[in-house]
Amino acid sequence: MPREEPNAYSRRLFLQQGVTLASIAGTVPWFVQQSATGMMHPLDSAVSSLPGVPEDRILVVVQLGGGNDGLNTVVPYFSDQYRKVRPAIAIGAPGRPNGGAGAALELDQGAGLGLHPQLTGLKSLHDEGLLGVIQGTGYPNPNRSHFTSMDIWHTARHDAKGNGWLGRYFDNTCNGSPDPEGAISIGGTAPLAMLGDIQKPVSFESEDLFRWLGQDLHASMKSPYDRINRMGMPEDVEPGTQASFLMRTALDAQLSSDRIREAVALKTLVDYPNNNGLARQLRLVGAMIRNEMRTRVYYVTLGGFDTHANQLNGHGNRMRQFGEAMRIFQNDLKAQGNDKRVLTMVFSEFGRRVAQNASGGTDHGTAAPMFLIGPMARAGVLGQHPSLENLDSGDLRHTVDFRSVYASVLEDWLKTPSRDVLGQDYPKANVFNQEALK
Amino acid sequence: MPETTLRPLPTRDFDFWAAHHLLSRAGFGGTPDQVRALSQLGLDDAVDFIVDYEKLPTPEVGGDFQSNIMRPATEAEAAAYRRAREAGDEATLSEFRMRRQKRQVADRQQIREIRKWWLERMIETPRPLEEKMTLFWHGHFATGYRAIEDSWHMLQQNQMFREKATRNFGDLLFGIIRDPAMLRYLNNNQNRKERPNENFSRELMELFSLGEGNDYSEQDIKEGARALTGYTYRDDEFVFNERQHDGGPKTILGRSGDFDGDDFVRIILSRRVCSEFLALKLYRFFVNDAPDVPTQEQRPFLKTLAKKIRSGEYEVKPVLKALFKSRHFYAEANRCAVVKSPVQLTVQTIRSLQTPVRDLTTLAAANELMGQSIFEPPSVKGWDGGRSWINTSTFFIRQNLAIYLLTGKRPDIYDWQLSGTRYDPSILLASLDSDARGRVDPDEALPYLCRFMLGDIPHPSRLKSLGEFIGEHGDRIDGDRLTGVLCLITSMPEYQLC
Repeated sequence: MPREEPNAYSRRLFLQQGVTLASIAGTVPWFVQQSATGMMHPLDSAVSSLPGVPEDRILVVVQLGGGNDGLNTVVPYFSDQYRKVRPAIAIGAPGRPNGGAGAALELDQGAGLGLHPQLTGLKSLHDEGLLGVIQGTGYPNPNRSHFTSMDIWHTARHDAKGNGWLGRYFDNTCNGSPDPEGAISIGGTAPLAMLGDIQKPVSFESEDLFRWLGQDLHASMKSPYDRINRMGMPEDVEPGTQASFLMRTALDAQLSSDRIREAVALKTLVDYPNNNGLARQLRLVGAMIRNEMRTRVYYVTLGGFDTHANQLNGHGNRMRQFGEAMRIFQNDLKAQGNDKRVLTMVFSEFGRRVAQNASGGTDHGTAAPMFLIGPMARAGVLGQHPSLENLDSGDLRHTVDFRSVYASVLEDWLKTPSRDVLGQDYPKANVFNQEALK
Repeated sequence: MPETTLRPLPTRDFDFWAAHHLLSRAGFGGTPDQVRALSQLGLDDAVDFIVDYEKLPTPEVGGDFQSNIMRPATEAEAAAYRRAREAGDEATLSEFRMRRQKRQVADRQQIREIRKWWLERMIETPRPLEEKMTLFWHGHFATGYRAIEDSWHMLQQNQMFREKATRNFGDLLFGIIRDPAMLRYLNNNQNRKERPNENFSRELMELFSLGEGNDYSEQDIKEGARALTGYTYRDDEFVFNERQHDGGPKTILGRSGDFDGDDFVRIILSRRVCSEFLALKLYRFFVNDAPDVPTQEQRPFLKTLAKKIRSGEYEVKPVLKALFKSRHFYAEANRCAVVKSPVQLTVQTIRSLQTPVRDLTTLAAANELMGQSIFEPPSVKGWDGGRSWINTSTFFIRQNLAIYLLTGKRPDIYDWQLSGTRYDPSILLASLDSDARGRVDPDEALPYLCRFMLGDIPHPSRLKSLGEFIGEHGDRIDGDRLTGVLCLITSMPEYQLC
């Protein structure tokens, strides 16, 4: 661990500890103060928590990118209209396959709803009472651009402007002192949802290369490297500039590298498959949770849901990966004894048009289901399925505003006032098993 | 405050460091000798040399690729397939499937080769702006191989971008609505009179010409889609399918007529917003990509640039020349103000430090990890660029790429592998005084190297760390020490800017 080599900056700060920390706070970026403080109190660094947040609760967000076809995920086999407007791709009722589209897995017989045939993993979570299906989530005046609609979900604002909702959550609860690893996303780029004014997530695709390899060249390389990259910002660099942004990221990278590589080096308790991109990401998340990282929110993404043409195979493959990954992740959490601490939330930027298009696919649509997974989720099919007859120019009308789900997650799970994060009051959706929350 | 007009830089201000800036932005940087030669041309000749690149030779980097790996089935094949299906002839059907899979494997191999070919072209070309603009258009008219599965179409599109790289933006739009790769990528081959597919129409305005939510309505998208009906392709050629084209009257952006795709493009080009959108895109690529542009100071300049675009009727060269000669381009606020894209980082490190090229496959893989796999942009929106390139993960990969280029050592998960070629960094310090054994004084060399590689001299405390590294082994810099210093300078956060 590189902490035995505190850099010049933290040495200075160490001498001044308790005297000028508060005044420094105005001019020094958070991460410097935070990491310097961490270095001064190595024993404390593992036990801090965000004030007001239950010590041990974790949220895992799963993003299905490209616009998941909600109607072929939670299948409304009760509806004749569904079969009529999707002749080639409608999934049949359980036991009654529709050609290559197959037959749904039973989800709610009374309501006439099933799951995509490849969602066996999700089905078993449902059978164990660990799956909540929130039907018809969306927002008013739906936007059908991937990018804008995704930004609307990420910002929770209809104008899609500003920071992400999780970023604002961290900004509001961190008392000005964010945890460098409060939020971690697996993937090449940090999702907007996690970007706040103060809070920035750690992002990485592969842990193997999550360190500087120049230190292996010669023993004398590491010390100057650390002095350069663990220093943070010198006084003459203006905050907000490109250089200050890069120096800040450099320091964040060093500290995160130390902790994350330690965590994911551990062998997992269950086997994750290699041919499943989502499972690969969740294996890392599971390892970090098990190693008691201080991270409160993890973010993973599965893409490829933009099924404009010949969607049966492509969508089926995505469904298999999704269901299987959710199942194995839950097994891992259970084996760790962490299942009660971890809520998983699944969303996509929009669903797809009710009718199939001329290419055996579906175009950008509107409302679609969200999923909450874990023992704390209210199990079963929740809310009301949007009508397939009463459409808005060919699209479903949403029955639940997704921000009502966010509000519940914020209030009931993360114990934070949702209004401060979402900018206005949204009625909470009743999506938690209140007994399990106690 | 930066200039708000396109007023040119006084010729006397075009020094070594201004030429260094020009070569980084309009190309991929250069060696000290190349920068010096450029600066000696003077501002006007230097910019003309960069922009009027047709006089220079094209790079010799091969490029023999096969056009027909993914050719459509012949009529005989299609008929045989139909017969097999009708007869339930599983053996023949599985034969067909296997052949198709084989072709897909071969095609995926070919796109990897094409990717390496383009990277090498960028590394070797005497016409850096040609490749840089090709890269710009690839990000602008982003098309991804995975969705279209035809490497030849990707190559055709790439050649079109190169051919039209600095000609006329309108030509590019007329080209892109006839480009098989794009027609396929945005499903316009399925945009038919009776069942319009809006995908291309939407992106044509949202991402390619006007900007999201600017100037157009959902209704314009629907009407534009009708204008684009019947624009499709057969094998490798554009085809206008008259029977699938909706020739009826349409109203697009306030104009009415029996419009086709070309009319749609002409209507778009007539909008002021289109020139402003292009100006901003060029600005963020070439001048400054800090978030929150356009700022108060940048807005008037962008207006001037958009006006220049309109007055030249979307000709690209005059705009680039004016931009590269402008005071604004060289202003202090715009130096070191662009985050290097992964491709820029890779190619510039090789071209300016003259490292060996190493293994192109490894370079392509590193670029993918850094978030920029050419021919595979994340979406039709292209790469966001700027600070989105940088996160704690890509940061390490960027640093480690430089280690690989400088030393030839790459991590194979847990082990080092040697690639052989040794790097000789001495050309970087050739202009400095050296002693009998070719070693130079670090007090002179360090600030010079930093400015050459970082664009600026870093904070004294950071310079000191580098000096101490050298000082541990005497008072002169020799070969290995110099490579070590380069490894450290490329690890500095500031190295990510150009």
